[in-house]
Amino acid sequence: MIKVEGLTKRYARNVAVNNISFEVEKGQIVGFLGPNGAGKTTTMRVLTCFLPPTDGRAEVAGFDVIEKPMEVKRRIGYLPETPPVYPEMEVVEYVEFVGRLKGVPKNELTRRVDEVCDRCNVGDVKTRLIGKLSKGYRQRVGLASAIIHNPDVLILDEPTAGLDPEQRKETLGLIKELAGEHTIILSTHILPEVEQTCEKVIIISRGKLVATDTMANLNSRLRGAELVSVEVEGRSGSLNRDSVQQRLEQIPGVSKVTYREARQDRLLFHVESMQGKTVRPDIARCIVQADWNLIELHTAGLSLEEIFLQLTSSDKPTGGAQ
Amino acid sequence: MTNIWIICRKELKGYFASPIAYGLMAFFALIFGYFFYAAVAIFVLRSTDPMMMQRGMPMDVNEWVVRPVMMNVSVIGLFIIPMITMRLFAEEKKTGTIELLATSPVEDIEIIVGKWLAAVLLYGSILLLSSVNLAVLFLYGSPEWKPIFVAYLGLLLQGACLLAIGTFISNCTKNQIIAGAGTFAICLLLWVLSWVSAYETSTMGKVIAYLSVTDHFENFSKGVIDTRDVVYYASLTFFGLFLTSRSMESLRWRA
Ligand SMILES: Nc1ncnc2c1ncn2[C@@H]1O[C@H](COP(=O)(O)OP(=O)(O)O)[C@@H](O)[C@H]1O
Ligand SMILES: [Mg+2]
Repeated sequence: MIKVEGLTKRYARNVAVNNISFEVEKGQIVGFLGPNGAGKTTTMRVLTCFLPPTDGRAEVAGFDVIEKPMEVKRRIGYLPETPPVYPEMEVVEYVEFVGRLKGVPKNELTRRVDEVCDRCNVGDVKTRLIGKLSKGYRQRVGLASAIIHNPDVLILDEPTAGLDPEQRKETLGLIKELAGEHTIILSTHILPEVEQTCEKVIIISRGKLVATDTMANLNSRLRGAELVSVEVEGRSGSLNRDSVQQRLEQIPGVSKVTYREARQDRLLFHVESMQGKTVRPDIARCIVQADWNLIELHTAGLSLEEIFLQLTSSDKPTGGAQ
Repeated sequence: MTNIWIICRKELKGYFASPIAYGLMAFFALIFGYFFYAAVAIFVLRSTDPMMMQRGMPMDVNEWVVRPVMMNVSVIGLFIIPMITMRLFAEEKKTGTIELLATSPVEDIEIIVGKWLAAVLLYGSILLLSSVNLAVLFLYGSPEWKPIFVAYLGLLLQGACLLAIGTFISNCTKNQIIAGAGTFAICLLLWVLSWVSAYETSTMGKVIAYLSVTDHFENFSKGVIDTRDVVYYASLTFFGLFLTSRSMESLRWRA
């Protein structure tokens, strides 16, 4: 449904997207994962014909974004990071306007508007001004208008950004429901969101493709390596930071120790384990043996940046990366 | 065609959903009313003047009231036009709604013409409102309606071309204030050019005078439609809209 080949987008000074390629099958729901500035928005703007690529090709539903932009635009529903709504319009008025723009036939328009408003749970605010709605509602109005013409492909740029946890859950649930009818790409910098919603992930960082893989494969690649947060205190007087760090590094199975901060006399470290090793009991034992006080010990989970590091440093990108 | 109308309708709703349209209408009605009152007062004063009456020829209402008022109105237009066009693209760029328009199956030129058309319609309705004043002339006198109609046509044509230029400038920035100020500056420049023609008789002076927007209105205000003036306004309008479409394209390639 979507085919990207060697896509590069250069702005005046910097390269936002650097030679990335991926494919998305019909009906798939794909997570586009990357930290801020990775090039997610830029890629989506190329796919939606908002920006032309500097180099490479992009195809949506078999149509090239440069050669047949009208055909592509007809088949895409796009929700930018900030929903492109007009605050002075009523919800129905706005959704109708978008429907007309997207070429929904006149005799179907009213029915479609009702349908998508109900679908996206904005039925109860239909006659309210969009400017008076909360961020969560606005997001859903944006979503409703993105599916008004029943597009083959749905492109959602950080659909959960700026929402509270409750709204996030609701929005993601909604997107998941839509997955049956549309091919969906959604971008985010939050890993758990992708885990919950997507079948496949495309990870990019600094404009480069890091990995494309199914969620299941990615999970197994990441499982095992764990990140442990340790807080220690000297029994009498303060501790020497370097000696603690050395001690922790010597524990078998530990791959990396990073010093985070000092809280009064307590020192906080992050310890990363190697693949498939559980190191928490060993850390506890080590600290007790050294006669320090163990204040806290818990798994911290890997942050997105650490996942990127792992994926990029451990081995070459797999899946459809090349 | 339908797309142009969809965009145009949305713009018109936008104008009337905010105080802009009403504010401009009130402002214009006020100023127009003032000039109209002044012109009529002078007319009454002169026509009852014994010196003038001795000549035995009645004064022409069109010549003495309609024409000076219309000349003034064509200058007031220069102030109103930037306020109409400044938001057209700048606002959509700022709030990001341009992304909706640009990713919908609509040609750039349809977006541009739709927006410009809305601006022309708003300007037209502001002008129309002012014609209420002129109705008074028909009640108490017998002016010719044809020159008045021609003068309004001239105002509309002049407005259309300046609105096209304003549309272009609004497309160049995200900032409404900059768009408004820029358009105002250009309108002013095109007006000031007519001053040159007053003392400059060389070829250069003639060229500059030709470019002046208000000079081309002069014939219209007399009730004369000259093809050269129509061509001037029409080509400047096309030029403005063409520049807008180039600017939209180039912004796309650069940003
Ligand atoms: N209009 C622009 N002009 C210049 N640089 C830009 C523009 N938009 C984005 N960038 C740059 O391109 C890179 C990728 O940005 P973006 O695609 O917005 O990332 P993401 O959506 O993943 O956060 C960033 O370094 C950003 O600064
Ligand atoms: Mg982004």
